[in-house]
Amino acid sequence: MRIGVFVCRCGTNIAGTVDTQAVAARALASPDVVYATELLYTCSEPGQQEIQNAVLSHRLQGVVVAACSPRMHELTFRRAVEKAGLNRYMLEMANIREHVSWIGQDKAANTEKAVELVRMAVAKVRRNEPLFGSQVPLTKRVMVIGGGVAGIQAALDCADAGLDVVLVEREPTIGGKMAKLDKTFPTIDCSSCILGPKMVDVAQNENITLHTATEVESLSGTIGNFTVTLRKKAVYVDWDACTGCGLCMEKCPSKKHPDGFNEGLATAPAIRIPFPQAIPKKAHIERSACRYFTTGKCRVCQKICPVGAVRFDMEDRQVVENVGAVIVATGYDLFDPAAYGEYGAGRYPDVITGMQFERILSASGPFGGHIRRPSDGREPRDIVFVACVGSRDKSVGRPYCSGVCCMVIAKQAILARDHLPEARCYVFYMDIRAPGKNYDEFVRRAVEEYGVQYIRGRVGKIYPKGDRLVVQGADTLLGAQVEVEADLVVLATGVEPSRGARELAEKLHISADTHGFFMEGHPKLKPVETNTAGIYLAGACQGPKDIPASVAQGSAAAAKVLALFARDSMTTDPQTAHVAEKVCIGCGKCLTVCPFGAIQWKTLRDGTKKAQVLETVCQGCGLCNATCPPKAVQLRHFTDDQILAELEALCA
Amino acid sequence: MPMNDRVAYYPGCSLEGLAVEYDVSTRAVCRALGLSLVELNDWNCCGSSPASLYDPMLSATLAGRNLLLAQEARLDTVMTPCPGCLKALKGAIKTRDAHPQALAQALGRPLSERVHAVSVLQLLYEKVGPGALAQAVRRSFDGLPVVPYYGCLLTRPQAVAGFDDPENPVSMDRLLEAVGCAVADFPFKTECCGATSAMTRSDIVVRLSGRLLDMARRLGARAIIVACPLCQQNLDLRQAQAEKAMGTRFGIPVFYLTQVIGWAVGLPAQDLGLDKLIVPGKGVLPDPEPTEPSES
Repeated sequence: MRIGVFVCRCGTNIAGTVDTQAVAARALASPDVVYATELLYTCSEPGQQEIQNAVLSHRLQGVVVAACSPRMHELTFRRAVEKAGLNRYMLEMANIREHVSWIGQDKAANTEKAVELVRMAVAKVRRNEPLFGSQVPLTKRVMVIGGGVAGIQAALDCADAGLDVVLVEREPTIGGKMAKLDKTFPTIDCSSCILGPKMVDVAQNENITLHTATEVESLSGTIGNFTVTLRKKAVYVDWDACTGCGLCMEKCPSKKHPDGFNEGLATAPAIRIPFPQAIPKKAHIERSACRYFTTGKCRVCQKICPVGAVRFDMEDRQVVENVGAVIVATGYDLFDPAAYGEYGAGRYPDVITGMQFERILSASGPFGGHIRRPSDGREPRDIVFVACVGSRDKSVGRPYCSGVCCMVIAKQAILARDHLPEARCYVFYMDIRAPGKNYDEFVRRAVEEYGVQYIRGRVGKIYPKGDRLVVQGADTLLGAQVEVEADLVVLATGVEPSRGARELAEKLHISADTHGFFMEGHPKLKPVETNTAGIYLAGACQGPKDIPASVAQGSAAAAKVLALFARDSMTTDPQTAHVAEKVCIGCGKCLTVCPFGAIQWKTLRDGTKKAQVLETVCQGCGLCNATCPPKAVQLRHFTDDQILAELEALCA
Repeated sequence: MPMNDRVAYYPGCSLEGLAVEYDVSTRAVCRALGLSLVELNDWNCCGSSPASLYDPMLSATLAGRNLLLAQEARLDTVMTPCPGCLKALKGAIKTRDAHPQALAQALGRPLSERVHAVSVLQLLYEKVGPGALAQAVRRSFDGLPVVPYYGCLLTRPQAVAGFDDPENPVSMDRLLEAVGCAVADFPFKTECCGATSAMTRSDIVVRLSGRLLDMARRLGARAIIVACPLCQQNLDLRQAQAEKAMGTRFGIPVFYLTQVIGWAVGLPAQDLGLDKLIVPGKGVLPDPEPTEPSES
């Protein structure tokens, strides 16, 4: 075989600690290497051009690029050699950057190691074979998991482009957190007014199948062909019959159960429609609050329902959907401030969270849009907002900034002054983060037009004094301690991933970071992709963000899916496992060890059973090959022969 | 008594002088509740603040010697009523974990991993518990309103103390409720009393302890219960100074937790050192035969 070796200097990234000229020169010592050179930036256009020219002029049959990690540019160089007429799998990379030049400063040792890695790569490429993927049809349906604003946007964009969309939401209604907000910054748009029409669009769009009160149970398959099993939870009301009239809510005798939608500030009947603009506008029963389920007596709702929609015997059921791509938009939850014992959240009723204050502000909230103290219903005169409660704080395991709270506080302070012109608002802050369009101007408005008093410092303690509260904090600009007497204290709690995010990540075979936010493919360049082909991200599940960014990501993820589905079929990755039937002894170990269920039994004419790999499901992990006793199943492009050749080259 | 029910007792220097009633009542209460205290033979001063400020290894050695005494007496738990001593003992344990060879060299022998230190509050809360304590009550307080004052060192820093919540502890609250007190939610239960500033800046102590007394009074407390000699001193001995500075009268007695528990389980007044109070405990706990109930 005629092999060419290209050693990248990568500017000074590699050349700074590796003698790349020597590596290229010594590569020529390997048999079959007929050409070796160093390049300044191999991935650049002139760099790739040089490789292609060398392939043609030196009639190369295999190429080794000694450069960065294959995770960076393997695809780049594969495409480059393919354009020069080689099969793209006749390329090997030796990682002399992340594995050599970035590790130490000892040039001599680094160069030796780089020479060895190149020798190994040459040994491998010598045994490579051209590989060809096959064409499989794509299922042109997309599943969106999560019905908040990001999921809604993604679903609408896909549906408008003619795709079949399955939108899965675990609450009985879509809308997410945005449906709970009163007004949105910086325009002070009414949240339900701008979200409502989109929610209705989702319900009315012919291309969208909406499953609410539904969770994902399992996912299998691969890009272009996923099989997802959903669990539709029993809501105890037949939604084909329910008209959303609300009569059941009026007559339900169990009215003392705390209402989750109103953040525990109000109660709701056991049978309920979550809020007036809910989509679908159907009733469901909260089992733990229902008299019939807890004591066996009642059934008033069933008697009163004009269409007989109440079904106490309803059970969970499973639904299986086949889709070609998945967009994950599961949103966020908020930090529980009870972790700060010094703030008294959970003990003092007038120390509330930002979301609770949103509900108080809302016209459909617990106090009909009037700002009142939860303890005695009085209008507050002094309101203190505390920033960064569960953000930017390593001691509670939340070192990151939640990104939206500075704007939320400014908005809530402006609205408070609007509702109560006599009220005084104070904000204890550390920094003001207002990066978006018109954001800083909005915060300025709060200060200059609405007279909100910003105090730079942390709050050390909140304690009751009579029926008011004292907020004790620092004013670092004055260099003094300050105490503010307040009627109401609002804690701006931090953003965390939605409950159950880690478990969902495991089901979908995607990664989550240390805090539980789903990991994007690349923090700069692939914000809406994951490392799992065919699964995309949108919204706060990827990291704290505001509504414009969530909507943008929803559309971006939809664009990725539309690009994927622009063709009718896709080429599978040929780096899959393959069983040599004559060597296979039919022990079945590979079947049990495969994490993706990609191996099945094949019965031969004479009745013997052999293992067979489903190439479209196989992810190329190689566990089967490692487990197989006679090594009948081999992983293409990583065969035992190829890997052992590398080892022999190293140990020679 | 089985070996693991015996607890090594480290009184510390304050309990021999300024806080002798804390020592007396602690011993009496533990005896009454069936806890066997074994005073460490030939214990020495833990070094307190001066040693740890001067040289952490000096502090670890001084305190560590006492832990060694416990180890040699085959006792794993060392209890001390004084949080300052507790901090020194726990500091020695931290030094043992971080620099075992250096400490072993200074002490002459290695210190075992089995030895650990607790406060009397932690011992009563964990070894006895509010339930068993309630059973042992002979004289209930019948809803006497009190506030518990934890001070700085009993539950902080969290990583060192490893006991109760650092910002909102409840162990003393629960024990006091068990003996029949009506324990108010005291928001200043972990606010500083001024500590050793009493020596150099008594105005700070007057201001900080004055705040505590003021809040206790607002909540209707008839007594403040403490578990630290320095807190007791600042709130009791210097209550008159606070009164003078704030132009008011408090008259709130400051009892040690063990005095209150001792009274509740029926111990006689002379076993509890009640005559050592500056602000008299009249009407809250019975006065003993007075030596000199001083009101400075």
